[in-house]
Amino acid sequence: MTNHWTDIKNADVILIMGGNAAEAHPCGFKWVTEAKAKNKARLVVVDPRFTRSAALADLYAPIRTGTDIAFLGGVIHYLITNNKVHMDYIKSYTDMTYLVKEEFAFADGFFSGYDPEKRKYDKSTWEYQIGEDGYVKTDPSLENPRCVWNLMKAHFSRYTPEVVENICGTPKDKFLQVAEVLASSHTPDRVMTMLYALGWTQHSVGSQIIRTAAMVQLLLGNIGRAGGGVNALRGHSNIQGLTDLGLLSNLLPGYMTLPGEKETDYEQYIARRAPKPMRPGQLSYWQNYGKFHVSLMKAWYGAAATKENNWAFDYLPKLDKTYDVLQVFELMHQGKMNGYVAQGFNPLNSFPNKAKVGAALGKLKYLVIIDPLATETSEFWQNYGEFNDVDPAKIQTTVFRLPSTCFAEEDGAIINSGRWMQWHWKGAEPPGEAKSDPEIMAGIFLRLREMYKKDGGAFPDPVLNLTWAHKVPFEPSSEELAKEYNGKTLADQTDPKDPTKVLKKAGELLDGFAQLKDDGSTACGCWIFSGAWTEKGNMMARRDNADPYHNGQTLGWAFAWPANRRILYNRAAADPAGKPWDPKRKQVWWDAAGGKWVGSDVPDFKVDSAPEDGMGPFIMNPEGIARFFARGMMNEGPFPEHYEPFETPIGVNPMHRNNPKATSNPAARVFKGDMEAFGTAKEFPYAATTYRLTEHFHYWTKHVESNAIIQPEQFVEIGEALAAEKGIKAGDKVKVSSNRGYIKAVAVVTKRIKPLKVDGKTVHHVGIPLHWGFKGVAKNGFITNTLTPFVGDGNTQTPEFKSFLVNVEKA
Amino acid sequence: MQLSRRQFFKVAAGGLTGSSLVAMGFSPTAALAEVRTFKLARTTETRNTCPYCSVGCGIIMYSLGDRAKNAHAEIIHIEGDPDHPVNRGTLCPKGAGLLDFVHSKNRLKYPEVREPGSKEWKRIGWDEAFGRIAKLMKEDRDANFVAKNADGVTVNRWLTTGFLAASASSNESGYITHKVVRSLGMLAFDNQARV
Repeated sequence: MTNHWTDIKNADVILIMGGNAAEAHPCGFKWVTEAKAKNKARLVVVDPRFTRSAALADLYAPIRTGTDIAFLGGVIHYLITNNKVHMDYIKSYTDMTYLVKEEFAFADGFFSGYDPEKRKYDKSTWEYQIGEDGYVKTDPSLENPRCVWNLMKAHFSRYTPEVVENICGTPKDKFLQVAEVLASSHTPDRVMTMLYALGWTQHSVGSQIIRTAAMVQLLLGNIGRAGGGVNALRGHSNIQGLTDLGLLSNLLPGYMTLPGEKETDYEQYIARRAPKPMRPGQLSYWQNYGKFHVSLMKAWYGAAATKENNWAFDYLPKLDKTYDVLQVFELMHQGKMNGYVAQGFNPLNSFPNKAKVGAALGKLKYLVIIDPLATETSEFWQNYGEFNDVDPAKIQTTVFRLPSTCFAEEDGAIINSGRWMQWHWKGAEPPGEAKSDPEIMAGIFLRLREMYKKDGGAFPDPVLNLTWAHKVPFEPSSEELAKEYNGKTLADQTDPKDPTKVLKKAGELLDGFAQLKDDGSTACGCWIFSGAWTEKGNMMARRDNADPYHNGQTLGWAFAWPANRRILYNRAAADPAGKPWDPKRKQVWWDAAGGKWVGSDVPDFKVDSAPEDGMGPFIMNPEGIARFFARGMMNEGPFPEHYEPFETPIGVNPMHRNNPKATSNPAARVFKGDMEAFGTAKEFPYAATTYRLTEHFHYWTKHVESNAIIQPEQFVEIGEALAAEKGIKAGDKVKVSSNRGYIKAVAVVTKRIKPLKVDGKTVHHVGIPLHWGFKGVAKNGFITNTLTPFVGDGNTQTPEFKSFLVNVEKA
Repeated sequence: MQLSRRQFFKVAAGGLTGSSLVAMGFSPTAALAEVRTFKLARTTETRNTCPYCSVGCGIIMYSLGDRAKNAHAEIIHIEGDPDHPVNRGTLCPKGAGLLDFVHSKNRLKYPEVREPGSKEWKRIGWDEAFGRIAKLMKEDRDANFVAKNADGVTVNRWLTTGFLAASASSNESGYITHKVVRSLGMLAFDNQARV
């Protein structure tokens, strides 16, 4: 979230789209009802199903799954043509005046530089025009046809309300009502928040959907403001923390990135990630990248990381490509992997095309499961009849299953969607011989290290030199680890103005990331977390819930990264002169007398940079502003474009009827064999989407008795019209099949799903809750991801779980 | 007149009602004010955070015992933390069932192994588990580690074993996991944020 849960109460308009907070995040949703009750906020819900969020909405609009870019593109068109944009905000805080290269173009569904063979773009034309002074050229008059504003206007001029209705199936009048309510937040005294979840990410165009949303929020001037922002309601309790800590193929902690194999030069590796400002007077905060990186390498490799060896640059593995989970299971399926460890993760249930995932696991030599619960993945080799029809005798994988603690049995911090790092305490011992994850990692690692010490082996250096400063080496404590990611000094730090004055003695914990150095004198395991555990103590354990400004910021509760800041980009809550856009909603402002930025939140800005210096509020970008034009940072284009899901119920992209290669995301990666496994509307006519129920959490709570009682059996939701067509009654057992397999479940016939008119055809949706499997105390059921396609978003490779095709018949 | 709770019930069972006792001036001091002491009053409170979705609701866990070294702490009740600024004491149907997650009969208790081709689990000790896993990993890493790519560039990567980390584990677990995984040169590394 750019903002956080309690901040939702500050909104005047709330859009829930691509999520269903009332059911999936019930206790966070209370802040939506709070805004409605206390702030007269209007709630708008756009969803294929009339969800419980929709039931509380002032306005609900149905939409066909996978068409959110068309809908939001229509909103952009509406805002621009009706002049409902916050012009003062976008003129100063976005790239609208920037000039784009003459060669950049968009035609027939492709941006300039497309190679259909490789399904990839050469992005060299997706860039700004650079002037002789080395800075981006701009045209504040907005007359130049190459300025971002004019290119954007032209791009979205095609997204008329009629086009929205034709693609999304949203009736035109409903769409216009939604657009009008959203547009009402373009004035400085009104703010809209957007709440989304996996309903936006799990598409082959997921990242571009979210970009489109961010563009709408920028046009309306709602980024950086209390009650505003683009807010990802994340799905798991610490998925935010694990992302922040970089536990992804290509990342390092704190959104730093691993080197690619072409990056052989250390200086260039750092320089590429530490861009110089692209406009005069901008901060470009990533210029400090070297400090964050060197401090990380000192935290991990201590004395073995030296200036001479480029801070152990060779210890970092170099990427030839990203090994995301789809890529990894593709390789596993080809028999190219030998081992796999799943720590608190159930890939057999969680990844698309269960048949492929199960077959892939069966080709491993060894699989290690670390989990508090008996997961399906741990028993992928066991025959569970129709639910998992395999022959154990034919599966040669050795499987280890290691019991781990759960939340109640350990100390530590997890990070909620609002970036709050909240400490928790152990309340009991774990059952049996279960151990904590750090103990299990230590158990495996210390034995490996012992073997490398004794016997040698492939490149043992990073294994032998990894820092391990734990009082009990086999039991690294949460406190020790938290202090390590906060960071400490390795040498006395003196005042740059007076070198005789020691500001921090060697070994002391850091107060924050501003103290990091690139000379090896500081160590910090995750720079954005610095400040979480200082010499003053554990900031994450703070429990002062005071809210002196009555705006829900509670700066004394836990610790929010970065720097205890509650709303990101909050400099944009003030106008260019440093005055709050809305005097009733004061966040941060320029205190001219004191010569600094002050407010109810920690300013997200250089605190002593006066407004007349002209520094932009988006300090992480080298431009200092927010981008409508994404340059080369997205794989399928600098502007979002509607592409159909890979399994489309209408078989054509109405935006590009004459170019079948632009039907679905032209830059999405599809493996050989998976393209063939896509189904067509002829055989599988219905648009399917998966989702959670309020009574269950993923594949965990089917192991929990109370949840198994209140929601015991697998079902699917079918609209009344489709049910009537198929002769299906409520309670009938139905078979739902895709080109990859089938599930059987009880039919719930509902008014919540209505047929939509799309491109002249009637499209029915089938709703498929995802919580069942063959392990648990609830009734056993089929794994929903038996049905889903093995293709991901063009940038993140997040699977397209939310839009695929099925057939439904009475079982 | 002083009556213990037990005596009070005995008296009441003898035909007198509480109200008549009080009327006669025989108010059993503790018994009426607190007919039955709350079980929770004798428990230890521990603050924690709900492990399900990302709202991060504050919870209070109540366990038997006073954290004495010999006492076995058993969590008997979990409820929302009223001081928490987001959930203000509320919990959803998932959070309200947390106690049954902690005590689920499907909690794993011992390390186990399923050997190739076998139909069943075999209980093993931690030493054996760690030893066998470390040996398998080292064999695979030593055999398949890529020190240099085809162009002779140092790449130091290990691609034939992968690792999935958990988005419900703590920052501290995630941090140490990342440290270990990267030191081995692994790139096939992800967590639920990918899906």
